[in-house]
Amino acid sequence: MIEIKGLNKSFGNYSVLENASLDVYKGENLVVLGKSGTGKSVLIKIIIGLLKPDSGLVSVLNQVVDEISYEELLALRLRVGFSFQNSALYDSMTVRENLEFPLVRNRKDLSKQEVKDSVEEMLDAVGLSQTINQMPSELSGGQRKRIGIARTLILRPEIMLYDEPTAGLDPITSREINKLINDVQERYHTSAIIITHDLTCAKEVGNRVAMLIERNFDRQGSFDQVFNSGDQQAQPFYDYNFIQ
Amino acid sequence: MAKEKELNAGQNELKPVGRFAAWFISLYEVFRFIGRFFREAFLPPYELKELVRQCYEIGYRSALLISTTGFITGLVFTKQSRPSLSEFGATSWLPSLVGIALLRTLAPLLTGLIAAGKVGSSIGAELGSMKVSEQIDAMEVSATNPFKFLVSTRVLAATITMPILTFYTAMVGMLGALLNVSVNEGTSATTFFQSALESITYLDIIASTVKAILFGFTIAIVGCYQGYHSSKGTEGVGKAANSSVVIAMFLIFVEEVVCVQIFSLFNT
Repeated sequence: MIEIKGLNKSFGNYSVLENASLDVYKGENLVVLGKSGTGKSVLIKIIIGLLKPDSGLVSVLNQVVDEISYEELLALRLRVGFSFQNSALYDSMTVRENLEFPLVRNRKDLSKQEVKDSVEEMLDAVGLSQTINQMPSELSGGQRKRIGIARTLILRPEIMLYDEPTAGLDPITSREINKLINDVQERYHTSAIIITHDLTCAKEVGNRVAMLIERNFDRQGSFDQVFNSGDQQAQPFYDYNFIQ
Repeated sequence: MAKEKELNAGQNELKPVGRFAAWFISLYEVFRFIGRFFREAFLPPYELKELVRQCYEIGYRSALLISTTGFITGLVFTKQSRPSLSEFGATSWLPSLVGIALLRTLAPLLTGLIAAGKVGSSIGAELGSMKVSEQIDAMEVSATNPFKFLVSTRVLAATITMPILTFYTAMVGMLGALLNVSVNEGTSATTFFQSALESITYLDIIASTVKAILFGFTIAIVGCYQGYHSSKGTEGVGKAANSSVVIAMFLIFVEEVVCVQIFSLFNT
């Protein structure tokens, strides 16, 4: 689904990704872990085409992202959903309008009733049907996250990219988001990259884990493989999150 | 220590050149932005619903403020002009003077400046806020062209509504002038408007329209550019809003001077 080889990205003199390689297979949730500010979000922004790599191959659904035209990129983005860390809901629109926005522009074949049904179905899937006429400012952090995921899912993407889905949320709400991510995978058969530094999230949603350490993904494997290896750089993550 | 001083001196020598180059790059970016507007605005798909909404926001919602300002301007201008005309016994020329002044300069300029403050700051702040909160990125990744939805609609709406607002300002200004003239000289509305309209030429109307279109385009494109390129954080949003107003107002005055020079050639 996603193939990354020898990816390099710098901002000025600061290198965030150096010869990074990563693959995402069909139907899997890949969790990307790492310290804050190390380039995890940069990775998924490169995948979706919001940022350009300095060099390296980034292939999404057999298309090399920085070689396709803008129109081809727009078409690719219909198949790849991006859930922002701060939800990025359109604050001048209601929840209904937020969900309708990508749908009416990209699915002109749908009637008004079909759009309405799609919106209601998606809100029901995230358990927030009652918020349909509310403004984003009236929602809690957890609710905004769910609506953001619903807005991403409404186009039925094949790949989901989650940027820190549990950031800023309490443990109970974080668990609900984790459950939602798993439900999305099961119900809509998506593949996903989940960027997080929350190990509970990683353990609950990840089929596979890749740690971003020193600008590349040399540590990859299942959750237990990565954290039972005695790796001196991976271990502090585990020790902080699961205090013995 | 000596080497450090040499390095710093070298950097200081580069600074003016670096700033000059940066200014040119910024100017190039502005022209690219304007070029993109012309490419995107007139090609499908069209965001008609959003365009209509922006026309309402920019046009209808500015009407009350512009009405008040226009009325006061007409009233005050007439009051201030009367003493000079009285000296020559030419107060009967007041309607013509007010009509020409309002239509040629006062209405477009006043409307432009008010719109720069109200509309320009609003656009700059709104788009800046959307940039900071990643809403523009969210539109991009949902396969929507945010430029078309956010920029093209606002610039087109401002360009369309400004001439309407300008003529509305001129009309309301004339009402303010009429109030003053009818109170002081007992002139009837019919006589007043007949006298005012007789002096107005097609060139005055065309000049006013061209200026209004130009001002509307400038206000919106500056606001959109500043908002679209605002830096992160609340400070960035504030700067975008502020810069939108200041730059638009400055450009309006420059455009006014240029238009006056160009249209004066047609008068000779």
